[in-house]
Amino acid sequence: MIGRVTDLLLPGARDLRGRPLRGVAVLLAWIGLWALAVLRRDRLLATPGAGRPDWWIALLGLVTALSIVWRAGRPRATGRDPAEPDGEWAAVRAAFARHRLATAGLTLVALLALVAVLTPYLAPYDPAAQGADLVATRFQAPSWAHLMGTDRFGRDVLSRVLYGGRVSLLVGTLAVVIAITLGSLVGAVAGYARGWVDTVSMRTVDLLLSLPRLVLLITIIAFVDPSTTLIIVVLGLTGWMGTSRLVRGEVLSLREREFVQAARVLGFGRARILFRHVLPNVATPIIVAATLGIGNTILVEASLSFLGFGVPPPTPSWGDMVLRGVRDMHEAPWLVLFPGVAIVITVMSFNLVGDGLRDALDPRASREAAP
Amino acid sequence: MSAGGAADAGRPAPSAAGAGPDGPLLRVRDLGVSFAGPHGEQLRAVDGVSFDLAAGEALGLVGESGCGKSLTALSLVRLVDEPPARTAPGSSVRYRGEELVGAPPSRLRRVRGAEIGFVFQEPMTSLNPVKRVGYQVAEPLIAHEGLSRAAARDRARELLARVELPDPERALRAYPHELSGGMRQRALIAMAIACGPSILVADEPTTALDVTVQAQILELLARLRRETGMALLLISHDLAVVGEVADRVAVMYAGQIVERGPAAELFRAPSHPYTEGLLRAVPSIERRDRRLAVIPGRVPAPGSWPAACRFHPRCPYAWERCATEAPPEAALDEEGGRHSRCWLVAEPARRAGHGYVEVGG
Amino acid sequence: MRTNFGLDRPIPEQYAAWLGNFVTGDFGFSFSRFRPVSEVLAEAIPNTLWLGGASLIVVFVVGCAVGIVQSVRQYSRTDHALTFVTLLLYSIPTFWLGVMLVLWASSPSWPDALLLPVSGMQSLDYDRLGLWGRVADRARHLVLPTIALGLSSAAAVARYMRGSMLETIDEDYIRTARAKGLSERRVVFGHALRNALIPIVSLVGLFLPILFGGAVVVEKIFAWPGMGMVMYEAVSARDYPLVMAGAFLFAVLVIVGNLLADLLYAVVDPRIRYR
Repeated sequence: MIGRVTDLLLPGARDLRGRPLRGVAVLLAWIGLWALAVLRRDRLLATPGAGRPDWWIALLGLVTALSIVWRAGRPRATGRDPAEPDGEWAAVRAAFARHRLATAGLTLVALLALVAVLTPYLAPYDPAAQGADLVATRFQAPSWAHLMGTDRFGRDVLSRVLYGGRVSLLVGTLAVVIAITLGSLVGAVAGYARGWVDTVSMRTVDLLLSLPRLVLLITIIAFVDPSTTLIIVVLGLTGWMGTSRLVRGEVLSLREREFVQAARVLGFGRARILFRHVLPNVATPIIVAATLGIGNTILVEASLSFLGFGVPPPTPSWGDMVLRGVRDMHEAPWLVLFPGVAIVITVMSFNLVGDGLRDALDPRASREAAP
Repeated sequence: MSAGGAADAGRPAPSAAGAGPDGPLLRVRDLGVSFAGPHGEQLRAVDGVSFDLAAGEALGLVGESGCGKSLTALSLVRLVDEPPARTAPGSSVRYRGEELVGAPPSRLRRVRGAEIGFVFQEPMTSLNPVKRVGYQVAEPLIAHEGLSRAAARDRARELLARVELPDPERALRAYPHELSGGMRQRALIAMAIACGPSILVADEPTTALDVTVQAQILELLARLRRETGMALLLISHDLAVVGEVADRVAVMYAGQIVERGPAAELFRAPSHPYTEGLLRAVPSIERRDRRLAVIPGRVPAPGSWPAACRFHPRCPYAWERCATEAPPEAALDEEGGRHSRCWLVAEPARRAGHGYVEVGG
Repeated sequence: MRTNFGLDRPIPEQYAAWLGNFVTGDFGFSFSRFRPVSEVLAEAIPNTLWLGGASLIVVFVVGCAVGIVQSVRQYSRTDHALTFVTLLLYSIPTFWLGVMLVLWASSPSWPDALLLPVSGMQSLDYDRLGLWGRVADRARHLVLPTIALGLSSAAAVARYMRGSMLETIDEDYIRTARAKGLSERRVVFGHALRNALIPIVSLVGLFLPILFGGAVVVEKIFAWPGMGMVMYEAVSARDYPLVMAGAFLFAVLVIVGNLLADLLYAVVDPRIRYR
């Protein structure tokens, strides 16, 4: 357990045993990064306008981003990882690595995560800073000074896009974490217990699925004022249904397999069997669902912001930028162009990764020549 | 069911040459099919297969799973997907003297169904589930003979009656899922013979069926042959099935034909050690005193075929030559009716002192 | 006035009253529009149905066509290109696509002859147009919103269709069809297509909520007076009776749509007809 945590926080620490030089180098790099993060934590955790309550969100985002970057580096690691229980994952990784588009997607995701974490250092201007002379600095077309131009208040679009990206990625990732957790729990219990638990759960899922997600979201928001945390929670609570169906299906088929019967015969309790034996085998489809889910959630969050019901200002958000840019888009098309392109690139990279993983899981995919 | 007592059943004796002016009805020489292996190399799943099929004759193609017999049959009319499979250069499949390898797709399509009919192993999945059985049986008639839908329907009804379906009218209108496995197979046979082909290729037609239904289907095939004089290429791993039906037999192992000849002779006195091993492994009610023998080892997968003679690691008679030189297909008699791919043909003395180990005791 | 509307009574009592009214068909009064909720919704539903219906057609016709092309030309450059394009389209947010379309169609370089309206359902002189004029006018107004709403889902359907076709072509009965000597065209369009469409039909139920959700955004962008627009304005104005009734109606529409899709499924797949 401790090993896993250290592995997560200090990736590469394992290598100290087998290849000391490489291990030390990687370790130093990570310690350096963490030191930087701690020493510069106020700048690092700055989300303009969000104030102090969001520091824990930023911290979680940091850990998530680092993990993604670490995972991105793993396919290049040599040798078998003794922690992986099944060789199936190694085969999946290999198939994934062969898929060129998918690895490109993974690299993009890692890059995006890195950019999101390092935004305060990368953004050329303060996203909330209005131009000194409003008339002269507003609506500037993209130029070397302002790579994506300026908006009606003279604010640099690139910086706003970067900060908006942080929010989108954070919201998307955290919402999906909630959704996946909830969905996996419900699905696993429903699939394993069957009977009335299953029926009730799945009927509820069906019912909830019959409302368009966006409609449900704005209905809820009509009653409560949105805040970043609320948006994350609500997005999570409206997105778990698909996962629950997926997990339920897998668990239903897995519970009849021999290793489950063996565990039952050995007298293991139901919860133990469910969580330690059955669920790990459902891990890979869940990861696929999670990856695709992040892409989808970012789209929904952006739509929500576009409608004006998303994260409250002054927190920048891509959807909000498009909304406010529509008014002036005929003179300054870059105001709506760049945030949209940012969304497309982000969502597309997650979709590429999810697709690649799904193809890698498909046993017939090994026949195909990867594009 | 004894393998070998079949040759005496009332079957039309194949005509002496079984041949028309251009040679036998179907003449296969050096047929090879290769696949790309996991590391990009070309694996020959079917290698140098040669056999003849005379008009009206029944040839049994025997072998265990994975020996390439189904692939051989499919590649006769290029029913295999061209990538990933490739027909090896030098292959020749002559139907009535006409070369099918490399023939234009339109010609091959005409041959399929109208000249050479196919029946496959899985009656449960070989019929389109969303179309009525009658339509599917009538389809080749519409496509090849240009019949109107009504005329084709009538012919289909006749065909369904001919394959002994109890209620042809109902079967016509039924969907596949409404029929049992045996009934579906009959329908598939009806579909295959609809245009009166001169060859019927049956790939494990009874394997997926119950034993009683198996016998019925075989009976049906035999009867249809009698009535139409059509040739039959029967592929099976089951020696008993083949023994029931075939005039001549070809035995396949690891992508090659290792022995071929008249059924009765082959079963009575096999030449190739693999054939011998197969026959010894078949329990027989008539010969209860004889113990079963086991062929040691396992069937190799394509890509890990042994060098030279592919059977040599498992052969009780093998000697050094078998591991270094691949034996060619050698004729056992002057008329060229029997062949064996084995060095024992050249050096029969090597047989002495060796043999299969019997099991039990 | 608070007493009039019962707003001074405790919340649970208000909710109970509302629920009671709701199930008896009294949807209440819209504060923001000063009209009964049922009237507002009754006017808006047909408009959304127009938009949704047109989008559904685009989604499945275009999606299936692309998917079929891809499957028939598997691994060709066309296939790879289309895979990339569908992935791209699938990642585009509907609202951004709508905004871009508006931007594009209202740019000065757009040819006059092909002028596509970016706002509203009908032109100002609609009532004076003849029958064909009205049809053409409605159609022209539908073009951009339908594309915006449907393109993303069409890309998704294309991916599903490709997969379904590829799976179907591997089936045994396709081998039988080929062995019968049928032309490749007949095999693909006569046999494979029919079977590949079956799972796609079940997708209709999946895409309905997506299309309706997207309608909220698209109707706002194109000023299309449908239920999405109503919902948006109602939430903005915190018009609770209208919001609740609207959400409920969306759910009903989706459920009805699902039922119709189930019926369609039974039509298409004879195996489940007699259950």
